[in-house]
Amino acid sequence: MAQLSCSDIQLNFGGVRALSGVSFDVQQGELFAIIGPNGAGKSSMLNCISGLYHPQQGKVFFEEQDVTRLPPYERTRRGIARSFQNIALFKGMTVIDNLMIGRHLHQQAGLITGGLYYGPAQKEEIKHREYVEGIIEFLEIQSLRKSIVGTLAYGFQKRVELARALALEPKLLLLDEPMAGMNLEEKEDMVRFILETNQERGITIIMIEHDMGVVMDISNTVCVLDFGKRIAGGTPDEVQQDPHVIKAYIGEEDREEP
Amino acid sequence: MRCGDFKTSYAADMTIFESGSARIMLGLFLGALFTLPLYTPGYLLDIINRIGIAVIGAVGLNILTGFTGQISLGNAAFMAIGAFSSGYLATRFGLPFYFCIPLAGLITAFSGMFVGIPSLRIKGLYLAMATLAAHFIVEFIITKWESVTGGVNGLSIPIPKLGSFAIDSDARLFVLIFVIAVMAVLFAKNLFRSKAGKAFIAIRDQAISAEVMGVNLLKYKLLSFGISSFYVGVAGALIAYQAKIISPETFPVTVAIDYLGMIIIGGLGSILGSIYGAIFITLLPELLRMGTSALSGSFPELVNKLAAMKELVFGLLVIIFLIFEPAGMAARWHSIKNYWKLYPFSH
Repeated sequence: MAQLSCSDIQLNFGGVRALSGVSFDVQQGELFAIIGPNGAGKSSMLNCISGLYHPQQGKVFFEEQDVTRLPPYERTRRGIARSFQNIALFKGMTVIDNLMIGRHLHQQAGLITGGLYYGPAQKEEIKHREYVEGIIEFLEIQSLRKSIVGTLAYGFQKRVELARALALEPKLLLLDEPMAGMNLEEKEDMVRFILETNQERGITIIMIEHDMGVVMDISNTVCVLDFGKRIAGGTPDEVQQDPHVIKAYIGEEDREEP
Repeated sequence: MRCGDFKTSYAADMTIFESGSARIMLGLFLGALFTLPLYTPGYLLDIINRIGIAVIGAVGLNILTGFTGQISLGNAAFMAIGAFSSGYLATRFGLPFYFCIPLAGLITAFSGMFVGIPSLRIKGLYLAMATLAAHFIVEFIITKWESVTGGVNGLSIPIPKLGSFAIDSDARLFVLIFVIAVMAVLFAKNLFRSKAGKAFIAIRDQAISAEVMGVNLLKYKLLSFGISSFYVGVAGALIAYQAKIISPETFPVTVAIDYLGMIIIGGLGSILGSIYGAIFITLLPELLRMGTSALSGSFPELVNKLAAMKELVFGLLVIIFLIFEPAGMAARWHSIKNYWKLYPFSH
């Protein structure tokens, strides 16, 4: 069975239907892209997977377990991590502390051991600091280690957000527009990091992205949403040929002869 | 000038103090602090004791409001709970202070967690209103529950004894208060180097992404209310031992405002700031009083008016800090320190 399986997801906000009957499967190790015009329900779909929204209908299965009703932190515990479209870092903290929050679920120290610090809590902090340093090296942000995140440039904040999600050691990573607002070089770096995450670390990735060049180049499977419905899916080549997709993106050809 | 400060281990990189000299300075400062009772007159020592208690309370409130971002106006009520539970345990069961103070802290911690339950749903000003309501409920209970609290007559607290050694003078109280204060500050400082403390800050900065990062919001908000109230409760218990008689009027809502003032002026989300703020707000009325009594000789008709100036100066200072140094005295201290670190080659 697929690693993540969404079946017949329906999500309403009052009278507005954000998602209706969306189903798809994501295989272990896949780089899965969700595309679609603005307002198609892509971010809502990610929120349903990560637990910020609870769909009125349909089910989300992760590793063959029903996670539809679980709160976000429970899903994170099972291995689902995400980044946000509008950067949602902890702005007052340093890069290292942001990543250390990613280690939250892997740490044992409670209030008392933490406050006493010397002994188990310190040992644990050092152990996880080593892991975090590995990620800092992987994403090439060594020089930003001690910077306050809120003061960093946009492109670096996006990178720190990816780093924070990786610090969770996830099995499935949801990326909401990881390349939005970046210039070419920043995009190239980001693509490299995403590919390395996917191929070397073996983390399944679901990515929302508007840059079609990137999506068609790197993803294994593409799912196209439009007005809350899944209108097409398959390999990038299949999707590009799909008449529904062409219609959603470019509009219908005017067939009437003058 | 300090330079070439390289770290060779993660443990060294995560210490509280950047250098050995800072640690030595702090050691010297603490040493000097504990010699204070030897030569300080009683009246001053009483003020210093109040500063020590305020430090504990302000650090506690800062954990909740400055670090976790949950505004609380229930501070005075929690202080009262701490004071009356310690007083009750001491008078009714004759427990010694070293049981009364931590037990009072625990009782206050549980009350704080109870008051904190709505914090998952409401935040900001609404939470401030909810905690303010809690203040008046607590005040009402303390006034009416005469069998425990003595009602409006209050409760007189026995002198704390360590075996046969009575802690009956300001100097002896000083040692008790400041030993607890130093432990409280160290504990808080460590807390924010470890898992729970970082989770608190994460909740303050971005509650939604904290939850997605695996932080259980309700659990950690309640933990923050709990630990914060523990501190405030301990401060309340110490106030009881210092004041010897406590009544509901010892803890009016203005006490809560004073404490908020301390952490805003000192620096929200800064342990050092809580200490500065506690010193500042406790000393301010004393300094103003000294100023007025010094002036009373030459301008006797001004004295009454100057006494009223106290509130005005307090309010004015809070506004000035909000405008010119929103990050508080702690931030100003850091910029001064950084300036001198590179002197005379500052950029």
